[in-house]
Amino acid sequence: MVAARSSPLEAGIVKKELIELKINGRAHELAVEPSALLLDVLRQDLSLTGSKRGCDESSCGACTVLVDGVAMMSCTLLAASCQEQDITTVEGVSEHGSLAAIQKAYGDWGGAQCGFCTPGFMMTVKSLLAENPNPSEAEVRSALSGNLCRCTGYSQMYEAIKSAIEAERQGLAAAK
Amino acid sequence: MNNNFSIIGKPTAMIDAAEKTTGAGKYTDDLSVPGMLAGKILHSPYPHARIKRIDTSRAEKLEGVVAVVVGKDAPNPYGILPVGHDEHALAFDKVRYVGDNVACVVAVSEAIAEKAMELVDVEYEVLPAYFDPEESMKAQSDLIHDNKPGNLEKDYHHAFGDPDKGFAEAVHVAEARFIANEVTHAAMEPHSTLASFELDPHTGKLGRLTVWSSTQVPYYLQHKLSLVLEMPMSQIRVIKPLVGGGFGGKSEVIPLEIIAAVAARKAQAPVKITYTREEVFWAHRGRPRTIIDLKTGIKSDGRITSVKARVVQDGGAYCSYGVVTILYSGALLGALYDIPNIQYDGYRVLTNKPACGAMRGHGTVNVRFAFESQLDELAAKAGIDSAEIRQRNLLMPPCITVNGLRVQSYGLPECIEKTVERSGWKRRKGKLPKGRGLGIACSHYVSGAANSIIRSDMPHSTVNIKIDRDGGVVVYTGASEIGQGSDTMTAQVAAEMLGCSLSRVRVIAADTDLTPIDIGSYSSRVTFMAGNATLRAAEDVKKRIAAAAAKKMNCPAEELVFRDDLVFKKGSVPPVVKKDQAEEVEVTQAGASVSGRVEGQILRGSLQQKRKDEGPKEWMTFEEAVVAAIDFHGALTGTGSYAPPQEARGGKHKGAGVGPSPAYSYSAQVAEVSLDEETGEVTVHKVWAAHDCGRALNPVSVEGQIIGSVWMGMGQALTEEMVWKDGMLMNPGMLEYRSPSSVESPEIEPIIVESIDPEGPFGAKECSEGSLAATIPAIANAIYDAVGVRLHESPFTPERVLAALRAKNNSKRLNLTEGVDPTAPARFREHGGSLCFKGKGPERHALDPARREAPAAARGAD
Ligand code: FES
Ligand code: FES
Repeated sequence: MVAARSSPLEAGIVKKELIELKINGRAHELAVEPSALLLDVLRQDLSLTGSKRGCDESSCGACTVLVDGVAMMSCTLLAASCQEQDITTVEGVSEHGSLAAIQKAYGDWGGAQCGFCTPGFMMTVKSLLAENPNPSEAEVRSALSGNLCRCTGYSQMYEAIKSAIEAERQGLAAAK
Repeated sequence: MNNNFSIIGKPTAMIDAAEKTTGAGKYTDDLSVPGMLAGKILHSPYPHARIKRIDTSRAEKLEGVVAVVVGKDAPNPYGILPVGHDEHALAFDKVRYVGDNVACVVAVSEAIAEKAMELVDVEYEVLPAYFDPEESMKAQSDLIHDNKPGNLEKDYHHAFGDPDKGFAEAVHVAEARFIANEVTHAAMEPHSTLASFELDPHTGKLGRLTVWSSTQVPYYLQHKLSLVLEMPMSQIRVIKPLVGGGFGGKSEVIPLEIIAAVAARKAQAPVKITYTREEVFWAHRGRPRTIIDLKTGIKSDGRITSVKARVVQDGGAYCSYGVVTILYSGALLGALYDIPNIQYDGYRVLTNKPACGAMRGHGTVNVRFAFESQLDELAAKAGIDSAEIRQRNLLMPPCITVNGLRVQSYGLPECIEKTVERSGWKRRKGKLPKGRGLGIACSHYVSGAANSIIRSDMPHSTVNIKIDRDGGVVVYTGASEIGQGSDTMTAQVAAEMLGCSLSRVRVIAADTDLTPIDIGSYSSRVTFMAGNATLRAAEDVKKRIAAAAAKKMNCPAEELVFRDDLVFKKGSVPPVVKKDQAEEVEVTQAGASVSGRVEGQILRGSLQQKRKDEGPKEWMTFEEAVVAAIDFHGALTGTGSYAPPQEARGGKHKGAGVGPSPAYSYSAQVAEVSLDEETGEVTVHKVWAAHDCGRALNPVSVEGQIIGSVWMGMGQALTEEMVWKDGMLMNPGMLEYRSPSSVESPEIEPIIVESIDPEGPFGAKECSEGSLAATIPAIANAIYDAVGVRLHESPFTPERVLAALRAKNNSKRLNLTEGVDPTAPARFREHGGSLCFKGKGPERHALDPARREAPAAARGAD
């Protein structure tokens, strides 16, 4: 039995380091353990709780964020490895104080029920549409396949995505 | 009833949709309070063992550790059912499954708590364990619970009508064993609880407790916390934040909810515990592995004469909802078809695995799989079309079934008709190319259990409404939004009844300090019961508004119509009309435009003055009417509650309390599948699902619930399965458990059928569970149509499909339906046939029956 109180360092807890993350266009300086995961830093250090933890192993997609525009699962990404990259979380999706077309459409078409998977889907759909503004249903299905949802059976999400694309198109047309 | 609704019946985005799509909404794990500590639970590595000693001293000495909680810190037993108080916050003397809760470490961070867990020394004495329910029932010693001989949690034996006489009258009889393997909810949000005590100003000690938790049943949680912590319920506040899906997995008190509170008390600081995904699988409470020996007899015209079912459920280590599950399995043989004679023998058995509980379609799903499969077999025997045989066995409601269930609205005939029509059944059935097939099946579910699990005559739902001077409506309901749309339904019902716009209504829900009691989101009860309570509360407050408005308008209150934010005399022309009605009705009233939003605020005063001068009016705005009522009555509030009527509460036999409901939902489904005979892979192409929901209050939500149920049923039918090895779960992850992704999910066409229930709110019934059960047999029957094999064990994995195909090809002359099917699962196979586990499971006791058998079995397998 150990007599004195053992310290966390002895127990293998490591000292923190200073890192800088650029999230939704704003820079944040943070002290984190080198092993800290991006998801934990977002949720715990920055209180950006929109990104969710549904597992611990890149299997559900609830933690999806964009890193330099690419959809990544933040639960298995080291925060320290994301320095000098542009990170977008679900908190950065709504535009100028109003819902983005995809957010409005998910509400209208029942794409979100409990909503726990929704932030992840928002990010995945955003990166899909950035790459491929007019995806076929098969392309949508395969793009979404890394995000799991237990409520919706996905069907109403396809409707939502279609209608968001349409809304964007009309918005653009109106702007011209 | 007036069908001309202004709010309900229209596709409506959920009132909390933006919170969800922006990530602003808070789920329990998103919350934090100052000084909050993290809790981590140490779980048992053994399926069955006595705890001889726990030494927490090394863990306590680690810097950053605040407290280590063990069983004796909270010795009172609890359980969701009053008859099943067999759990402790933390293991008291024994652990009963791999994953059982042994100790909880509270520390300043999760990482430190995890480290400290390794320093907790626990000495176990390993006991023989039971994994197969049929073996477990033979146990003589080392019982899982000392007061449950033969490891039998509960058994029921029911006979309604004269089952033997029924079989004597039958022309065709089928008999077979079906097995449905274990599935779990796997809601996307892992369970999470945050517990925090306040200091009492009078005693200076720990006082009131506030618990935020991912629960479907905040009031049951409050009740169980009060039992375990020995605190009055009034000292405990349970708040349900957003919940990321439940499906029954949060419909009872999950160990971490109690542990967090006990830990907060010991650590004297707020404690949050959130399960990892693996812990969610251990916490389980899902649908038990079920063995169904089923016998059904029909006459030559297809009429069912008798049904006999022996059901064994592998319930896991604790009672949980088990007694209710085993009763539902029998009771819900009734109320779908007209069955004159039913014999039911149900056994809920304890085994050394995580406890099973309630899961979407509680109790009915696995038995429905067996029944609908067998009915299909019988239809083929009798040369009757599978849709037709179902139509020949319809109930004639209103009626009371042979097992005492009252059926009123009954949309099943229309459900069958619609699915048959939409799927092209008559044209296509039996005519698809080989390897592709169609199958049909039906199911039903309760719209709320007519009897609460805690017996009392208390209403099951109560709702309060308060209306402010500017016409803002606040509804206080205990009903729990878990993603199914409870809050939106509440707002819609209130707005419809009050004739005001949806945006006026704010819903405060599921906070035991603020909201009146509601027994929770389970048994698909919310729309029916909380909806009815909301309706009554709105009616109550509306009466008050009408009385005051009538005075101003010089007419009897009964003559007033509330609609579109206006109150007007019946027959008079509403002054402000919505755009889509503009052609029909002229705007006749001067001053109507000033009731617009912004001007309304500014001009309300002058408008009122003007109207005063003009004398009694034909109409008022909702706000004016509210002001009149507040001036007249003072505060404007209303209350409504709902208790199921006595006639709907079931028969008198033992166990009659489970199964009765004020109304049943109905579903009929056609599935189209194809099957690759080389690989055994089944693909579901499309499911047409008609669901009788009474009335669709919000069609988007209803369709979403139907699709979600069918999808979940498909998961159980094809891929989802908890695979066990020596009591250890082999696949505790979302990918390993094989929850279908978007590429594996078929097109599902929801078809809404509205039977307008006489007692439902605006005629509504449930829509979230009833569809699940039909999907599994619809797929099974479609597989039979495609390749001529009948699968008796779910999920229909490639291995099982290939085995069945092989059996059929090798023994053409065997009649697979006569109980000599070589692939029929006769006894428990630990691997479920799905995954090949090569490693070694946890250590077993020398006397463990499985261990003694193991060498022989291993040799046999090689
Ligand atoms: S939380 Fe990252 S994939 Fe599940
Ligand atoms: S909406 Fe609940 S998990 Fe997707």
